[in-house]
Amino acid sequence: MKLKATAAALICALAAPVAHADLVIPWLGYRTGPFSPGGIPTGDGFHDYMTLLNERDGGIGGVRVQVIDCETAYNTQKGVECYESTKGQGSLVYQPLSTGITYQLIPKGTAEGIPILSSGYGRTAAANGRYFPWVFNFPAHYWDGASIAIKHILDLNGGDIAGKKVTLVHLNAAYGREPIPTLEELAKIHGFEVDFVPIDFASSQEQKSQWLDIRRKKPDYILMWGWGIMNAVAVQEAANIRFPLENFIGIWWSGSENDVLPAGERAHGYKALALHRPGTDAPIFDDLQKHVFDKGLASGTGEHSGTVLYNRGAYGAMLTAEAIKTAQEIHGVADITPAMMRDGLENLVITEEKMAANGFPNFGPPFAVSCENHGGDGKAWIQQWDAHAKEWKLVSDLIQSDKELINRLVLEDAEKYAAENNIEPREC
Amino acid sequence: MLYREAGEFRTSYPDDSQTFPISFDKYRYYAILAVLVVVVPLVINDYWANAVLVPVLVWSIAALGLNILTGYCGQISLGTGGFMAVGAYGCYKLMTAFPDLNIIFCIVLSGAITAGVGIIFGLPSLRIKGFYLAVATLAAQFFLVWLFNSFPWFYNYSASGQITVPERTVLGFPVTGPYTEPWAKYLICLAFAFALAWLARNLTRGSVGRSWMAIRDMDIAAEIIGVNPLKAKLQAFAVSSFFVGIAGALFFSVYLGAVEASEAFGINQSFLVLFMVIIGGLGSIFGSFAGAAFIVLLPVLLKNLLVGKLSWPTDIATNSEFIIVGALIIFFLIVEPHGLAHLARLFKEKLRLWPFPH
Repeated sequence: MKLKATAAALICALAAPVAHADLVIPWLGYRTGPFSPGGIPTGDGFHDYMTLLNERDGGIGGVRVQVIDCETAYNTQKGVECYESTKGQGSLVYQPLSTGITYQLIPKGTAEGIPILSSGYGRTAAANGRYFPWVFNFPAHYWDGASIAIKHILDLNGGDIAGKKVTLVHLNAAYGREPIPTLEELAKIHGFEVDFVPIDFASSQEQKSQWLDIRRKKPDYILMWGWGIMNAVAVQEAANIRFPLENFIGIWWSGSENDVLPAGERAHGYKALALHRPGTDAPIFDDLQKHVFDKGLASGTGEHSGTVLYNRGAYGAMLTAEAIKTAQEIHGVADITPAMMRDGLENLVITEEKMAANGFPNFGPPFAVSCENHGGDGKAWIQQWDAHAKEWKLVSDLIQSDKELINRLVLEDAEKYAAENNIEPREC
Repeated sequence: MLYREAGEFRTSYPDDSQTFPISFDKYRYYAILAVLVVVVPLVINDYWANAVLVPVLVWSIAALGLNILTGYCGQISLGTGGFMAVGAYGCYKLMTAFPDLNIIFCIVLSGAITAGVGIIFGLPSLRIKGFYLAVATLAAQFFLVWLFNSFPWFYNYSASGQITVPERTVLGFPVTGPYTEPWAKYLICLAFAFALAWLARNLTRGSVGRSWMAIRDMDIAAEIIGVNPLKAKLQAFAVSSFFVGIAGALFFSVYLGAVEASEAFGINQSFLVLFMVIIGGLGSIFGSFAGAAFIVLLPVLLKNLLVGKLSWPTDIATNSEFIIVGALIIFFLIVEPHGLAHLARLFKEKLRLWPFPH
């Protein structure tokens, strides 16, 4: 009898929980494991903005938002478990915050009709909505990032970088390898030399040999596609070999406070791409203070408010909420389904007015998503670290990526994917 | 009362050497098999397939493979993750190079490829033993993952180095790719697990298995009584890698659908399989399944209990999981150093005397 009861309890514990009648948004984040310094502030920003909407506006369109947390620890298998355990609860859109997990979910979400939003990460080719109807990666993706970084270098050199050496330091994973084809293509067009220094995840705390190699090669510019502890170590090592840090440019995932603070004063001048503004100047932070922090509803300790990754989470939540609103307007119902959510994402238009109305004036680039274009307009700023004031400052205007080239590369990769998986592109 | 030999009359040698000599045991085994084959596919859903049963079956196959090498032949290996990668990438290359080849042959062939690779990395075992061999197999782990990351041919020159499985069918039902029904996914893994466990059982109780165990118990003595260590050790490496390769192929094609060498087949996986074998019980077929189930299911169970039922914050729950799983592993190893399989044997012994233990 006891055995039977235990067995029943075990089976109950293994089974997934039941459904709710809210706008359910799963958050596949990570607050543990080696990448938690990045996962915690992003998750806090996302949760706090959704809490704000519930507290201040009573949800979106009158329906409360329920964010389901699922811990992935940046691990693919846990990500799959999270997807399977939350999809039955009416999940509207998945945001896996990991390129590896995004690759897992793209075929699953497509088959089961649940959209996937990987803002600024994931599979770049998903920017082509004809081949990837259920996947979105606006406002900009990795190949935009590579193109924007090279454009910035072009601007610094008066438009001519022929013969210069550019080195990409990247995490040796799907994420880090994403920009390689674009950089190779750009190198052909602009005549610069490019080489690649992969850093394995296991050795991301010990990069001495790679940086000795870089010192020997004497590159003019270094780009970085890193995440987690790898960023901070790389910035320190770059300072150690006395590389001029203003020539060291990270992707938007390599440009948070976590990455530069450990190097102290020596990190001064390090640059990174910015999908959105850093700091707490936007009016949204007053609302967050009033409706969330002061009421003790903050997701974390509240200390991350205003950091780059916290703002990324809040900005991502705002885009998600806007997509939900768009879906509600299109279909005229408040309690939307994942399929309606997809329409909302696909018809999302982010204008300056909308951002200002949400308390994010001039916070990110305005962009529009369409049936064909799921990747946004591909614009970003360059931000630079001021180690004396301990803050990021935007040092450029919005830079537009080389869309003509990027769209061609995206189409090539999407066609390859379609050929391997027998996918017929839809008409737009 | 249960598991009694009374009334069991064996009149021939085959009767005497069967796997389940006690008829109650045999019928219990048939009953479990019938439930697994007939009942489970009818009630299974996506969550049970993808998060519970398929991972357990796939890891069981890997644990079976390592158990043959470590448990039966006494050769410690830390290269399991690397060999799984060989299986996965072999399967991917076969699937994309020969789209018309049935997925079952792809998986078996990728097991055979892994067996070949295993023999090469098993060669050092003829000269070195124990911890030194563990270090040599560790080299296999790092080398193989590096290989699959460094040569774009292995991942068909995709931009990110990820390999993604194309859809393949068995008897018209898709078993790989996103349109796979949970029961199809489960049944194909169950079929492989059953066939391989049956193979392992029959290999280990025959002359091949006896030569492995002779090597494990004392290799010099084994050589004196006529066991060829070269043959026995390389056989063990080949068979073990065959199993591990099939596990890797299933892990990639049926379970996850998209993998990347350094994340999916890192050194962690090698340790994970070793823990499964040690906790389950060295030199036991049942132990491989029990160990895999323990290591795979316990975190899922605790997560659903702590987050789902008790509504703990996810970070505290995840950290507690590590503490609880770690503590339980230590507890089990202290209470039963010979693993879950031995625990099951003791339990059977108790049942045999129940309800009159004296």
